[in-house]
Amino acid sequence: MNPIRKKRLSSILFVFLFSVSGVSLILYSLNSNLDYFFTPTELKKVQMPPNKRIKIGGMVLEDSVKRNTSKISFTITDYENSVIVVFEGIVPDLFKEGSGVVALGYLDNEIFYAKEVLAKHDENYMPPNLDIKQ
Amino acid sequence: MIKKFIHQFASPKTYLYQINRAYKYIFYSSLFIYTFSLIWGLLFTPEDFVQGNSFRIIYLHVPASFLSQSLYVAMAIASVTYLIWRVKLAAYLIIAIAPIGAMVTFIALSSGSIWGIPTWGTWWQWDARITSTLILFIMYLGLISLHTSFSNHEKADKLLSWLVIVGFVNIPIIKKSVDWWSTLHQSASITLTDRPSIDPSMLYPLIGSIIGFFGLIICLVIISSKVQIIKRESTKSWLKDYV
Repeated sequence: MNPIRKKRLSSILFVFLFSVSGVSLILYSLNSNLDYFFTPTELKKVQMPPNKRIKIGGMVLEDSVKRNTSKISFTITDYENSVIVVFEGIVPDLFKEGSGVVALGYLDNEIFYAKEVLAKHDENYMPPNLDIKQ
Repeated sequence: MIKKFIHQFASPKTYLYQINRAYKYIFYSSLFIYTFSLIWGLLFTPEDFVQGNSFRIIYLHVPASFLSQSLYVAMAIASVTYLIWRVKLAAYLIIAIAPIGAMVTFIALSSGSIWGIPTWGTWWQWDARITSTLILFIMYLGLISLHTSFSNHEKADKLLSWLVIVGFVNIPIIKKSVDWWSTLHQSASITLTDRPSIDPSMLYPLIGSIIGFFGLIICLVIISSKVQIIKRESTKSWLKDYV
């Protein structure tokens, strides 16, 4: 490579390095603010102001879903800590016990009042018959 | 030998003649592969055990998402080539790829939204993966409008290349967003290190659809690069003979 091209290459690397370091500083300072939801364990660590709208996510604990007319209550867990969620409305089709869920709402006296419940799908794709085998 | 080949290929004229020869082979083979994989994936693959039939949109969503990032990588390689070696063809390729990248990213975003309604229960959420992909889409649009706003082509090419390099930082962010932060979007099913977490009966048509879609998009890039060459070299005498 001749010197001019070498110089161009180093300036490209320099610009790219600048862009990477700038963006990583931003991402580093935003840190957990970029998280889409809190896990129940994270929720326990931070002091959440009451009635602040947040999202919590985790798994629906087995045998925790209770339906009462249009009201539904269930427990979101990360298998360390868990939060009881109360929700009035229609849950997505993929909502079921033992699968991922994200709830949007606010925490009040250890009970989470959800305004919206979303199902979180995992990365596993398989036909139904294989599920029985496993 | 290799050096000579690259030098020849870097001239728009040789590129145009070579690409015309290869075009129909790429087009028909990738059209065949994509149609075959789609028929396989849509009709002969079992349903998913939780999602039912709606999982089948991955035969469009995954190829489009893969291409939206690959095309940006291709633009970045072309930008480096242009900035270091001042190869004009590389500059034509950057601006030829940008609109196709925008289109593919749009397909990825909209097919993801359509899948999100029955699966998540929402079509749009500001999680890290979706937002960073939206940024990629806006970046493509920004690059196109920047290039068209200059009357001096050479200046536009240089500025465009620099911006592509600056924006390249978004690509690893999109890729790793599902691992670095908690997101609504699931993490990758196919990785280089682990066994795919998608059943082989769904995986094989998926791989076929990625390859086929890739080839079809390459064909679009070829057409769009031809347009750029004809636009930019319109004063050259060889082009008059060609047309």
